[in-house]
Amino acid sequence: MIRVFLVEDHELFASGVRNELGEEFELVGQASSVAQAVIEIPGAEPDVVLLDVHLPDGNGPEIVDALPDVRFLALSVSDAAEDVIAVIRAGARGYVTKSISPPELADAIRRVHEGDAVFSPRLAGFVLDAFAGQTVPAIDPELDQLTPREKEVLRYIARGYAYKEIARELHISVKTVESHVGGVLRKLQLTNRYELSRWASERKLA
Amino acid sequence: MEEPRDGRSLSRPQLGDVPDAASGSPCASIEGVFRRSSTDRVLTGVAGGLGERLQIDPVVVRLAFVVLTFAGGVGLLLYIAAALVSRKPDPDTQPPQPTTSTRQAIAIALVLTGVLLALRGIGLWLGDGIVWPAALVVLGSAVIWTRGDEATRARWLARMPRGIRDEAESRPGLRTLVGALVIALGAWAFFSSNPPLDVFGNAPLAVATVLIGIAVIAGPGIWRLVRQASDERRERIRQEERAEMAAHLHDSVLQTLALIQRTEDPNEMVALARGQERELRTWLYGRTKPGGDGSLSAALDAVAVEIEQAHRTRIEIVMVGDCPLDDGVRALVHACREAFVNAARHSGARGVSAYVEVEDDQVTAYVRDQGVGFLRAAVSNDRRGIAESIEGRMERNGGVAVIESSPGQGTEVRLRIPRSRAT
Repeated sequence: MIRVFLVEDHELFASGVRNELGEEFELVGQASSVAQAVIEIPGAEPDVVLLDVHLPDGNGPEIVDALPDVRFLALSVSDAAEDVIAVIRAGARGYVTKSISPPELADAIRRVHEGDAVFSPRLAGFVLDAFAGQTVPAIDPELDQLTPREKEVLRYIARGYAYKEIARELHISVKTVESHVGGVLRKLQLTNRYELSRWASERKLA
Repeated sequence: MEEPRDGRSLSRPQLGDVPDAASGSPCASIEGVFRRSSTDRVLTGVAGGLGERLQIDPVVVRLAFVVLTFAGGVGLLLYIAAALVSRKPDPDTQPPQPTTSTRQAIAIALVLTGVLLALRGIGLWLGDGIVWPAALVVLGSAVIWTRGDEATRARWLARMPRGIRDEAESRPGLRTLVGALVIALGAWAFFSSNPPLDVFGNAPLAVATVLIGIAVIAGPGIWRLVRQASDERRERIRQEERAEMAAHLHDSVLQTLALIQRTEDPNEMVALARGQERELRTWLYGRTKPGGDGSLSAALDAVAVEIEQAHRTRIEIVMVGDCPLDDGVRALVHACREAFVNAARHSGARGVSAYVEVEDDQVTAYVRDQGVGFLRAAVSNDRRGIAESIEGRMERNGGVAVIESSPGQGTEVRLRIPRSRAT
């Protein structure tokens, strides 16, 4: 059984998630604030932490920052660019919105547990948008640009394709799709590309 | 780029971060650097920041700089040094205004006197006839300008004999009076120890002295009025914002919630909730489109709202880039609309997703549903939606439409239109 810890301050939503988790997952703990989460997560030894991005005493990225060895899947009502990018940059392995269907959520938890990245179509769109401007030369091409293949995979995710469907369309294995998405996640977290910060702040201003 | 490249740096504290002044102890030293004040500033906010950091009334800090400046410019040098090591103000925090207790005031006066004597000893000195009178003027100013600590004030009053206490309570101007007397004493000492400046035989000098005296004495009152006015303005703006938000929530969210409670049909409920969510999101995150109302993203959003309301189907649009509308892009929007309608009517899927990407030379759109799908051959020719509204429209504008579907596999409509270079 996959051990899941839930960080969520809306009890109504939390109880909904508890009901949906079902047989395959074991809920090993729940916290409703940053302070509580940082204290209780290490003791509960979860495989995956489901993380609300906005909490009463702070934001999700603080928790991700404080616990570098834990796998986080961000789960939020917000699809604002700065929220998505901030939590991914802090080290979360995926971002899905709360409107996600129960089977999709289960699939996302499983994927994060296996060490893969989970990109919602919207997150894929954000990444493509953020890495789109090619006018400024990249400082570090290895990290600051997406490969054509990674772009292709992201476009399929943005179009709503599942990994299996992408693999079929591109005639590659699901593992290869996963490794491309993992590569994008790594670049997203490691790049200090000027464009990315500027893009996120512009989105915030707009 | 200050970010270390470990990717987890976004919320890491930066070098030189010090705890909030509010949480530090009153006698905390200046660890490393301090922040200049954004709220309490006359020149650069250095004195305000120091005051916040040391929990001393900034007025006292300012006056200390003034006195030390008379001692061979030491105060000026110190001020510049403090400005150099300080960091720029943090606009988000507004530390509480520190007040000075009598104890602190006496301590600071003693320290300043000591420093002055030391400077006099090493010769950094403009002369007894200038520095001591200046110190007197500054002392008087300090008495007038500093905000009193209410607790100390009450304690002092309690210790006084009844007669004086009543007098002091009925005369809030007492403090000003004492300060003014000390300042006058300072001025008198200055002119009497500098005989060449005969203030009584020199009308302009006398007028200037009186004017400066009045400015020094009345300054704090005026300053306080100005500050009060700006505080009130800020508070008013905040209240207006709150009122606007309450009005908006009332008009939109509360009305919708009331409607949902009266609705029997679950589909209707979902539609109402969905429409409200979209509206609230736009309002909250203020997602005004970069291209304005005439942009592709705004047009697509409008179409999505329309179809969602008419067909009770969730439409999720992911956009990369944006562009203004021209004939070709408009055709793409219409084709998307037709694809949304087809998916909503025939696919049976709960939602439709669209991905639209704007590149330099073309715009591509993918409208996808996970519904029942269909065989193209099985669609009768008189159903003109696909043939005319999607394919025909795209071709007439120099674009391409491909429709991919098979029973049980859902449907994807792929649209591409070149961008005109003219505009």
